[in-house]
Amino acid sequence: MSTAILPPRPPTPTVPVASVATADGGPGDSHVAQTGVWIGIGTITMSFAALTSALVVRQSGAPDWQHLHLPALLYVNTLVLLASSLTLESARRRLSPLGLHVTVALGLLFVVGQVLAWRQLIAQQQLLASGPSSAFFYVFTALHAAHVLGGVGGLLYVQRRLAAGVLALSTYKAAALYWHFMAVLWLYLLALLTIRG
Amino acid sequence: MTHVAVAQSFLRRQVFSVDHKVIGRQYLDLALVAVFTGMLLSWLMRFHLGWPETPVPGLGKLAPTGAAGGVITPEYYLALMTMHGTIMIFFVLTTAPFAGFGNFLLPLQVGAEDMAFPRINMMSFWVTLLAFLVLLTAFFVGDGPPLSGWTAYAPLSAVGEDAGPGQGAGQTLWAISIAIFCVAQLLGALNFIATTLDLRTKGMSLARLPFATWAWLITAVIALVAFAVLLPACILLILDRVAGTSFFIPGGLVISDRLQPHAGGSPLLWQHLFWFFGHPEVYIAILPGFGVVSQILPVFARKPLLGPRVFITCLIAIAFLSYTVWGHHMFLSGMNPFSATLFSVPTLVITIPAAIITLLWIGTIYGARLRLTSASLFALGFVSVFVTGGLSGFFLAQPSTDIYLHGTYFVVAHFHFVMGVAAMFGIFAGTYFWFPKLFGRMMNETLGKWHFWLTFIGVYSIFMPMHYLGLAGNVRRYSAFTDDYLQPLIPLHRFITVAALFTGAVQLLFLFNLMRSRLRGPKAPNNPWEATTLEWSTSSPPPHDNFGGRRAVVTHGPNEYGVTGPGGRDYLMQAESQ
Repeated sequence: MSTAILPPRPPTPTVPVASVATADGGPGDSHVAQTGVWIGIGTITMSFAALTSALVVRQSGAPDWQHLHLPALLYVNTLVLLASSLTLESARRRLSPLGLHVTVALGLLFVVGQVLAWRQLIAQQQLLASGPSSAFFYVFTALHAAHVLGGVGGLLYVQRRLAAGVLALSTYKAAALYWHFMAVLWLYLLALLTIRG
Repeated sequence: MTHVAVAQSFLRRQVFSVDHKVIGRQYLDLALVAVFTGMLLSWLMRFHLGWPETPVPGLGKLAPTGAAGGVITPEYYLALMTMHGTIMIFFVLTTAPFAGFGNFLLPLQVGAEDMAFPRINMMSFWVTLLAFLVLLTAFFVGDGPPLSGWTAYAPLSAVGEDAGPGQGAGQTLWAISIAIFCVAQLLGALNFIATTLDLRTKGMSLARLPFATWAWLITAVIALVAFAVLLPACILLILDRVAGTSFFIPGGLVISDRLQPHAGGSPLLWQHLFWFFGHPEVYIAILPGFGVVSQILPVFARKPLLGPRVFITCLIAIAFLSYTVWGHHMFLSGMNPFSATLFSVPTLVITIPAAIITLLWIGTIYGARLRLTSASLFALGFVSVFVTGGLSGFFLAQPSTDIYLHGTYFVVAHFHFVMGVAAMFGIFAGTYFWFPKLFGRMMNETLGKWHFWLTFIGVYSIFMPMHYLGLAGNVRRYSAFTDDYLQPLIPLHRFITVAALFTGAVQLLFLFNLMRSRLRGPKAPNNPWEATTLEWSTSSPPPHDNFGGRRAVVTHGPNEYGVTGPGGRDYLMQAESQ
C-alpha cells in the first residue's frame, strides 16, 4: 500500500474586486462560474433549438397555421433588454452599484413589458390555444421570460455579494455573460417569430 | 467553499448535505428503492403473462379498478408496463450509474474537494426525488398510472382521459415527473462537466483522467443535449393535455366516441423529439458501465487496459453518432424509405466503436491471470450480455428485418440485454468494487459470487427465449395470449416467468449482502483491490473534504498496471510517493 504525496493545500487564490471585494471562490478555481454559465448557455440553446425545430415541423404540415402579427410593444421591450445589457457592462467595468440597480430594474421592466404584450394579444382573442402560431409565441416568450427572471436572480446575488464586499470578479463576469446571452437569445426569438411565427 | 464538518447537525451532514459523497449515496439509495419497485411491477406483468386468469393475492385491494379480485386487466397491464419502463430507465439506469456513482466518485477521481457547484448538486438530487414521488403518485390518483408506455406516444399520451384509464391525471403526472427529472439531470450534468474541466488537481491532465471519469464526462455531455430536448417536449405535451394546444394532436380525431377539440398537430413530432432524447438516453445508461468495466478489468487482470486512447476516441465517436440514429426507432412510423436508410447506416456504423471497445476489453484480459471477485465477475458478465444484446441489434438496425421484428418480443430481448441487464451488471460491478470506498466496509465475496452466477444464469433464461418468441411472431405489449395462434408459446412464457421470479428473488441476496455489509462488514483498507486511481489514495470512506485538508498531486496515468513499482508492487498509483 502506498502513501500518496499529499502536501498541504495552498491557500485559495483570491481575485480582488476593487478595494472592497475579495474572492469567495467556488472550491478552488475561479473560472468555474463562467464555465458553468457557458455550459448553461449550451443547454438553453439546445432547448430553444428543439422548440425551433418543433415549430418548423408543426408549421410544415399544418393547414391551420396563421401568421401572428406581433404587438409593436415587443420592439420597445427589445430596446429595454438591449439597454440593460449596456448598463450592466458599464456597471461591471466601473463596479458601480447604481448601474447594477438600473440593470435589474430594466430587466424587470422587460418582463413587465412582455406581460403587457401578452395582454394585448389576449385582448385580440389570440390565446394559447387559439392556434399553433400563438401557442408557439406564448411558449417561446414565457420560457425566455423565465430565463430572464433567473438572470435577475443572479444579478441580485451579485448585488448582495458586491455590497458585502465579497464578490469575485469571475462571478460577476459569469452573471454578465448570462445576461448578454438573454439579449442575444431574445433577438433570435424575435427574428424567428417575425419570419416564421 | 469551506467544509466545516464538525459543527454541522446530523440533518445538514447526512440529509440536506452539499457533500458530493452523501449526494452520491442518496442517489444510489433512491435507485435501490426504484429498482425493487420496478422489479415488483415486472413480476406482476410476468405472472399475468404466464397465468392470466389466476388472481395475484392482495393485488385486488391495492388496485381495485385495475385488478379487481387480483386479476390484472389489459389496461392495468399496460399501466404496469409504462411504470416499469419509466422507473427503470429514468430512476434506475440514469440515476445509479451516472448520477449516483458519478457524484460519489468523479470529484474523488479528479482530486477535487467537491463538485463545482455543491448547492446545485444537492438541488439536483432533491429535484430527482421529487420527480420520483410525483411519478409514484400516479398509482394513487384517478384511474391509476398511464398506459402509453415509457415512450408516451402521442396522440394517446396527449388527449386526456378519453383515451383510457390512467390517461387523465396519471398521464399528466407522468409528463410533469419527467419534466422535473430533466431539470435535475441538466443541473447534475452541468456540475459533472464543470468539475472535470475546472477542478482537476495538480498533474491531473485530461490524458491522466481515469476511464470512468472520461465515461461520466462524455455521458454528461450527452445528457446535457438529450434532456435539453426532452424538457421542452414534455412542456409541449403538458400544454396539449391541460391548456388545449395542438402540438401533437391531429384534427378530426375521434376517441371514445368523442371528437377531440384539437387540430393540425403532428404525432410524429413527438416521436422525433422523444427519440432524439431517447436514443442518446440508451448511451446515458450504458456509457458509465463502459467506464466502470474499463476501470475494473485492468485492476483484476493486473494488466493495463489495451488501447486507452482508442477507448476514449471510441467513447467520443459513440457520443456523436448517438445523435444521428434516433429514426431507427421509427421505421414503422411510415417514414420515407430513403430516410430509413439514412438512419440505418449510422446505426450500423455506431456498432464499430462499440465493437472496438469490446475487443479492447477482451484483449485486456487475454492471457491475464484474472482475479475472480464479485466485481470482476460482473464486469465480465457485462461484456457477455452487452455482446449478446449488441448482436441482435444488427437485425433491428435494418428496416427490412426491423419491420417484422419491431413489434415483437425480439425487441424486448434486445433492449433488456443491451441496456437493461448490461447497465445493471455495470451497477453491480461498480457496487462490489467501490463499496469499500462508499461505506468503509467490505462486502461478502461468497454471497457476491453466488449473486453473480445465479443472476447470470437467470437473465439468460429470461431474455434468450424472448428472441425465439419474437421470431415466432409473438407481439409485445399484449397482456395475454390465451385464445389465439400464440397459444403454443404459453409454456415458454411460463418458463420465462419462473426464471424472472427466480432471478428477482436472487436480488434479495444482493440486498441482504448490501445491508449487512453496510452495518457489519469487515473494515475496509484504503486500497483493497490494489488500484491506481486517486479515490484509493484516501481513507475508506474518505473524509468530508476528500483528502483530509491536503491536495493530491498526480504523477502518473490511471493505467499503470503490470509495472515494477516501489516495494515490489505491480502497479503505480496516480499520486505515487517517490
